[in-house]
Amino acid sequence: MKKKPTSIYKGPGPKEANIFLTSASAVMNWSQRSSLWPLTFGLACCAIEMISAAAARYDMARFGWEVFRASPRQADLMIVAGTVTNKMAPVVKKLYDQMAEPKWVIAMGSCATCGGVFQTYSVVPGVHNILPVDVYIPGCPPRPEALIHGIMTLQMKIDGQVNFAAKPRKIEAGFRGPSRRETV
Amino acid sequence: MTVNWNRQNFSGEDPERHPAVLALRRDQASAVLEVGSSCGEVWAVVSPEGAVEVLTLLRDDPALQFDFLSDLTAVHWPDRAGAEFNVVYQLYSISRHHRFRVKVRLAEGQSVSTVSGVWKTADWLEREVYDMFGIRFEGHPDPRRIINPDGFEGYPLRKEFPLQGRIRW
Repeated sequence: MKKKPTSIYKGPGPKEANIFLTSASAVMNWSQRSSLWPLTFGLACCAIEMISAAAARYDMARFGWEVFRASPRQADLMIVAGTVTNKMAPVVKKLYDQMAEPKWVIAMGSCATCGGVFQTYSVVPGVHNILPVDVYIPGCPPRPEALIHGIMTLQMKIDGQVNFAAKPRKIEAGFRGPSRRETV
Repeated sequence: MTVNWNRQNFSGEDPERHPAVLALRRDQASAVLEVGSSCGEVWAVVSPEGAVEVLTLLRDDPALQFDFLSDLTAVHWPDRAGAEFNVVYQLYSISRHHRFRVKVRLAEGQSVSTVSGVWKTADWLEREVYDMFGIRFEGHPDPRRIINPDGFEGYPLRKEFPLQGRIRW
């Protein structure tokens, strides 16, 4: 006869207690991707599509990208919706720096992605020059469906995280903040 | 009673018959350098020294009443030696419903007196012209850049300014 394993646990077994096993990363990723709170923050016409995506017809809140927070301290997701000018770039960078980790950035539309039609002296050619971008959404402006698809793509990215949090953000080669701009 | 000078009293063919030109020829003849029209719109080139007096006359003359400076801008002509810049005043009369255009030719580095005392809106418009072209306005109450960030180098609407600017990202 086999000896019964000793245990200090005296409660009901797994079946009776409704216990299930999973990894901590899976739980953290599930909770983070399911309650992405975007920052209330629009720079140009893309913001109108973002507002439309948040309003009743597209209703982003039903996916858990719940409330647009007016404070960067309470926001997880920065949707850069519009043209980032050189004059606005330090402000955008400051808002990003004020957001608490973990945080993600979506570059929405052509202007935030590459400067769009504004290849001029006054526009940042892509917000990746000042922020680490997670997802790019093409379009001028993208429709609300495209924004929703972009955030769902970001959710898939978050699901791939391990050890509770996003990978340390390595500053990509070529990344320069607005304070380190060079003039030639 | 409102009178549409452009339609009723002025055919657009002979700028000398425009009421604003008639008033300038009468009271500020020495300041007027050139008069012309294009597409039925009459313009006058005046000397930089007489610009403020001319524009004050156009505002105050009871037959003209140019009470609204609808725009003040500039044009860069790098090929015109000695007159590289045109400062353009677009005038409109709300009460009389007519328009007039005044130009001042300036050389590189030359300045013109401010008209912010004639029309209040010229304050910001002249700051914009300074920001974009580097033209200075004597006696301006607040001669700062208005659009580009502080510390911006160069004047973007000059022809020699590179289209994508001097910042390398």
